[in-house]
Amino acid sequence: MRTHVVTSDTSIPMKPIKILTSNTVILPSTDIDTDQIIPARFLTTTTREGLGKHLFSEWRYLKDGSDNPDFALNAPAAKGSEILVAGNNFGCGSSREHAPWALLDFGIKAVISTEIADIFRSNSLKNGLLPIVVGPSVHDWLLDNPGASISIDVETSKITLPNNEQCTYPIDSFARHCLLEGIDQLGFLQNHITDIEKFEEKRSWKP
Amino acid sequence: MSNTKRRTLYEKVWSDHLVVDESRDTPAILYIDLHLIHEVTTPQAFSVLRSLELPVRRPDLTLGTLDHSTPTLPVRTFKDLQIAGNDAANQVRKMQQNCQEFGVELHDFDSIHRGIVHVIGPELGATQPGKTIVCGDSHTSTHGAFGALAFGIGTTEVGHVLATQCLLQRKARTFAVEISGQLAHGVTAKDVVLAIIGKIGVDGGTGHVIEFCGDTIRSMGMESRMTVCNMSIEAGARAGMIAPDTTTFEYLKGRDNAPQGAAWKRAVNRWQALASDTDAAYDKTVSLSASDLAPMVTFGTNPGMVVPIDADVPHHDGSTSYKKALDYMQLESGKPLSQSPVDVVFVGSCTNSRLTDLQEAANILEGRKVADGVRMLVVPGSQQIKNDAEALGLHKIFTAAGAEWRESGCSMCLGMNGDTVGQGQLSVSTSNRNFEGRQGVGARTVLASPMTAAASAIEGRVADPRRYL
Ligand code: SF4
Repeated sequence: MRTHVVTSDTSIPMKPIKILTSNTVILPSTDIDTDQIIPARFLTTTTREGLGKHLFSEWRYLKDGSDNPDFALNAPAAKGSEILVAGNNFGCGSSREHAPWALLDFGIKAVISTEIADIFRSNSLKNGLLPIVVGPSVHDWLLDNPGASISIDVETSKITLPNNEQCTYPIDSFARHCLLEGIDQLGFLQNHITDIEKFEEKRSWKP
Repeated sequence: MSNTKRRTLYEKVWSDHLVVDESRDTPAILYIDLHLIHEVTTPQAFSVLRSLELPVRRPDLTLGTLDHSTPTLPVRTFKDLQIAGNDAANQVRKMQQNCQEFGVELHDFDSIHRGIVHVIGPELGATQPGKTIVCGDSHTSTHGAFGALAFGIGTTEVGHVLATQCLLQRKARTFAVEISGQLAHGVTAKDVVLAIIGKIGVDGGTGHVIEFCGDTIRSMGMESRMTVCNMSIEAGARAGMIAPDTTTFEYLKGRDNAPQGAAWKRAVNRWQALASDTDAAYDKTVSLSASDLAPMVTFGTNPGMVVPIDADVPHHDGSTSYKKALDYMQLESGKPLSQSPVDVVFVGSCTNSRLTDLQEAANILEGRKVADGVRMLVVPGSQQIKNDAEALGLHKIFTAAGAEWRESGCSMCLGMNGDTVGQGQLSVSTSNRNFEGRQGVGARTVLASPMTAAASAIEGRVADPRRYL
């Protein structure tokens, strides 16, 4: 694959990701929306940091503010898990990038589901959170085996399960390249500024 | 083989904005004609610009408003702004500062056009057929009602557009949703779109751009079309679009940002060519007969969990999510939804806060009272709509019935500005999302049309509006 020229001085550094190995934590509910991931009342922030403490706020805490012992992410075994396996259609709803920010700030580095909503997927990739879609049989296995230690290889787009079984997952080649190299896409766009100028000049109508 | 491939509306707008086409290795660079911004999803993007010492490339194609964390009680001082806390107030203030610093036009508290971002774009005539329109908000799909390609983006992408006026995009698949038949009395665009989401599911449109077509759509006014396109995202679609026609052109003619004179004629000629070619192929097609639709209400915690108002809450589909949703809603399958007592009624949001929405609610409320113990909030989509409604005397109907009449904003749609539904309360809402806690912690939301909302306010329970028509 040809490499893209990206000027580092205009990029926001994103840590390159090559391999992620972790035990999983499971949220089997389907259609988990971004209002659950990070409720709107925490969106009054003007920075990207510190949202992890509000991740899944309504499910994670009891009314008195203490941890809900029945919530999967609070289980002692889930501590340090970097891979979240969720029910179908994860991340539906609003465009808030606060959702991947909150997941990353909490320590989640990949989300696996049978379907991931479009805007959430796009936002995740721009922040180095891996949105991974798998087929129903792998998904079922993961749901049935919480805490399994699996590894995700971004280079080969493969997941390795504990029994060494492997499956590939689909990913846009550009997105994969950006993850591997830790590239921010603004720099890529800026390298095309003459194309953009030409387009503005030549188009048959002006907005 | 013919080399003139029949193209859909989406494909036409897409290819008209390609700065660089996509390849296997790289996404397309898509030019953006209109970037709408608001206070919640932009501060981090402006921070990036500031740290990279970049200007906003096209402030003339960027338009700001205050809506999400903005109070709906009059704001005269900073103290008024703090109604939802310091953070919300600071966010609004930051937006004012950012727009000033970067030279972006902001519809601030002194503007007649301040209001919900998806309401003011069309109202100003800035939303036009054939444009690409983005905003850090998923309901940007609303603008597709004009034949624009309009979709929500994240904050990183807001930064991309501010800095370069472009986005990196992959072409979406196309999905035709054909709706035919005449709507019965008391059945509105909101009911149509809820029925569609019920049919195709909340992920039915993922990866696709929906084009709504058919005679039901053709006979709808622009406000109804906006309601339909608004909720495309609730079916998971990237965007929703409707081919522009004379209804579209009549709506736009003479508006502040619409082309004038000779430019208007040229624009209309261009817009007329946007409709999908006959026999253009779609990746997916669904059709829906609208003539036998009843008013629709949601019973669960996503917009796809929807039934006709006279139907019972459907039986369990066996999934844990379904059970979780009914437990949260405190509803039982097999029982009618229309018996459920209501605590709050909200008429507002970018789905249903335009003048016709307010008129429909007011027609039912006129000469009647909001039931004891029910709080009803009516929040117009923009200050202009507020003025127009007041000129028609609608505010008097609402306040005489016992409802609160507010300044414009998102308000109870997402409860960021201090307008919230209380813990455990049941709300009948004309907004677009019934997610857990969307309208406030522990709030239970039933999505409905403005007519159903008004009827429910009168009866104090989820109620069928048809008996008031
Ligand atoms: S009214 Fe609701 S859905 Fe619309 S932009 Fe505001 S918060 Fe979003």
